[in-house]
Amino acid sequence: MADATTTQRVVLGRGGAPRRSGRFARRENRLGWLYAAPTTTLLAVLFIAPIVVVVAMSASRWTLLGGAQGGNFPENFTKVFADPMLGDAIGFTLLYTVITTAILMPLAFFLALLVQESRRWNSFLRTAILLPSALGIASASLLFYALYSPQIGPINGILDWIGSFDAGASILGTPGGALWGTVVLVVWRFAGYYMLLMMVGLQAIPGDVYEAARIDGAGRWKTLTTITLPLLRPTLAMTMIMSVTGSLLAFDQFYILTKGGPNNSTMTIVQLVYRYAFETKKDLGMAAALSVLILVALVVVNAFQLKALRIGADDE
Amino acid sequence: MIITTATKRTRRWRTLGAAALAGSLAIGLAGCGSSDGGAGDSPEIADMPAEGVDDGTTITMWSRAPLEKQAQNAVEIYNSTHENQVELELLPNDDVEGKVGAAVQSDGLPDILAGDVVRIPYWTQQGIFMDLTEQIDALPNKDDLQSGHIKAGTMDGAEHTLPFVTDISVMVWNKDLYEQAGLDPEAGPTTFDEYVEQAKAVADLDEDGVAGSFLAGQSGGALVFTLLPILWGSGETPLNEDGTEAMLDSDAAQQLFDGYRELAETPNGLGAGSKEETGATWTAPFQNGTVGVMQYPATAVSGLFDSASFEIGVAPIPGVDGGSSTFLGGDAIGISQSSENVAQAWNFLAWLMSDEAQQQVFADNDDTASNLTVLAEGYADADPRTQIGNDTVKDGQTPIAVNFNEAFNAAGSPWQMLVQDQIWGDDPADLSSLNDDITSILAQ
Repeated sequence: MADATTTQRVVLGRGGAPRRSGRFARRENRLGWLYAAPTTTLLAVLFIAPIVVVVAMSASRWTLLGGAQGGNFPENFTKVFADPMLGDAIGFTLLYTVITTAILMPLAFFLALLVQESRRWNSFLRTAILLPSALGIASASLLFYALYSPQIGPINGILDWIGSFDAGASILGTPGGALWGTVVLVVWRFAGYYMLLMMVGLQAIPGDVYEAARIDGAGRWKTLTTITLPLLRPTLAMTMIMSVTGSLLAFDQFYILTKGGPNNSTMTIVQLVYRYAFETKKDLGMAAALSVLILVALVVVNAFQLKALRIGADDE
Repeated sequence: MIITTATKRTRRWRTLGAAALAGSLAIGLAGCGSSDGGAGDSPEIADMPAEGVDDGTTITMWSRAPLEKQAQNAVEIYNSTHENQVELELLPNDDVEGKVGAAVQSDGLPDILAGDVVRIPYWTQQGIFMDLTEQIDALPNKDDLQSGHIKAGTMDGAEHTLPFVTDISVMVWNKDLYEQAGLDPEAGPTTFDEYVEQAKAVADLDEDGVAGSFLAGQSGGALVFTLLPILWGSGETPLNEDGTEAMLDSDAAQQLFDGYRELAETPNGLGAGSKEETGATWTAPFQNGTVGVMQYPATAVSGLFDSASFEIGVAPIPGVDGGSSTFLGGDAIGISQSSENVAQAWNFLAWLMSDEAQQQVFADNDDTASNLTVLAEGYADADPRTQIGNDTVKDGQTPIAVNFNEAFNAAGSPWQMLVQDQIWGDDPADLSSLNDDITSILAQ
């Protein structure tokens, strides 16, 4: 019986080409799954599971100290939407995102143009501009907190000397001061990083394209607008996604510098999540509900931006 | 070409992110594992001797960093005189809620937990503390302990907490500045109006950097510590009995805010940065000698008597028309629900409540004791001004509400918004509508 089966299999294996390729494919399939397994497991445990937990949390009564106490959908979402602070937080986060992106992107591009060719001082310049990126955002925020401090920081004295500011007042004490103080920190911290990304994009543009442009008699401005910028579009789109997503999720810098103040004027959405969970409501359900809303919003925003990225690729 | 680099990079970032997440998850899991004790076999509290058990067990305890000095003193003296050893961990003030929350979820609370007294009602309601009614009632000197911290941990008649560190607020003034301003340096304010007048007199000195008074405008916690005693002293009750309703729209409250508004509109009336002060440095201006008169933590001022370069006067915080009160702040202490060393933990608590311990831990170090006998008799060698603060404890109060933190203490709380609007707002709103904002949080 056993022999017969073996023979049969061998015969079929020899003669039936489709069958053989089928088994081969199955084996290949299995091997493929095996290769993919570590990544899949990692994805399932680290990305999918937390999202499932957060979604479950957002649909349950789940307090910080009391734990899970059964489903209550959609109560958490109603409570989040009823919070008068939500609108202000969304408005401020969008404003902050627009400001940082509008400053960071052109600045990083300009810096990249400035240092892309290897001249004598450029490697030094590059390092100097990139150095703040090596600092964690929390450490950088603490550094600026000290710099802005009216008690120990030098900035107050400098502003006072220029004459635009009273040395006794606090830079982070007014809504405008708190916003721009944070923007300065973020630009300082991230300009070098985005410059590096832009440089990689610039260097990927083949030199002969520029040569051809020069032969055709294109000037500097013409080269920039018709060659550099269009060919850099995918890089621009990618850095834009990173900057927008990063700014929409801003937390550390505000948590350390302003705590959302003065008078809740610099409250970002993620800070509101933190507050719901640990400070005011101590309600993980509400915090999870807002997190889910942020997740959905980010997926939509990124989908639009990825589309822009793909258009850039097609043009190429 | 460019696209490939881009996707590669994104992929690398994703891997990095995954690695970071894996790391944090591992830490989280480790946290769960280590705290996974054999729950469920808690010892019989009923059989416990009145003074607990001292058998050389190691007891864990959490307190918060601002009270490091007092907590260290208590633990060191206990450890050197007992078989039991208390292991103290200090949490950063801002991380307390998160850390306690995480510990509850993972069953990792210490045996003894001390916390800001305004957080205690919420913790008690959430079942963090063990019911100690029988033990507390059996304390020989229970009536002699300041009652605010016991009341804060009382829920439905069951008592859960005792006073750990008492921190009270007093009125202090700079006698040197008073003399310059032509005021009697020995007579502090006895009514709120006198406080405003005296502050304005100092402001009128028109000296560079010198102000009449100071307020921590962006710190809800410091604002209740400094302003509520004025209302209590006036015979007002800013919160109802259940802590579900704010009553900050009384005539006395209106007078209070009008007085501060007057100071804010006076040049140098309230020190620079009062409106923006978040509480981190609110005691510094007076310490530097640039503030005439203000409310101050008693524990902080006792340290200034010798070190300050100017003379300091101390008085109780006055009400609007006389009377006085103080804020019974600081930390209360209890035994956590999941503790497996209840008898040993109670031994520490019972010892701490004794006259002897209160004397050694607090009075001898010029800190405020929680025990009225020690407060009255234990400070013979201390500065007489310490005694003025001590005498206010019996009239002091602790505001008790389950949602107190969200309504008053949290950054940007409705209470902070009320104070900001009433004192510095361009067009101050009706006090009663702002009061309703606080009530809507308290009543949740």
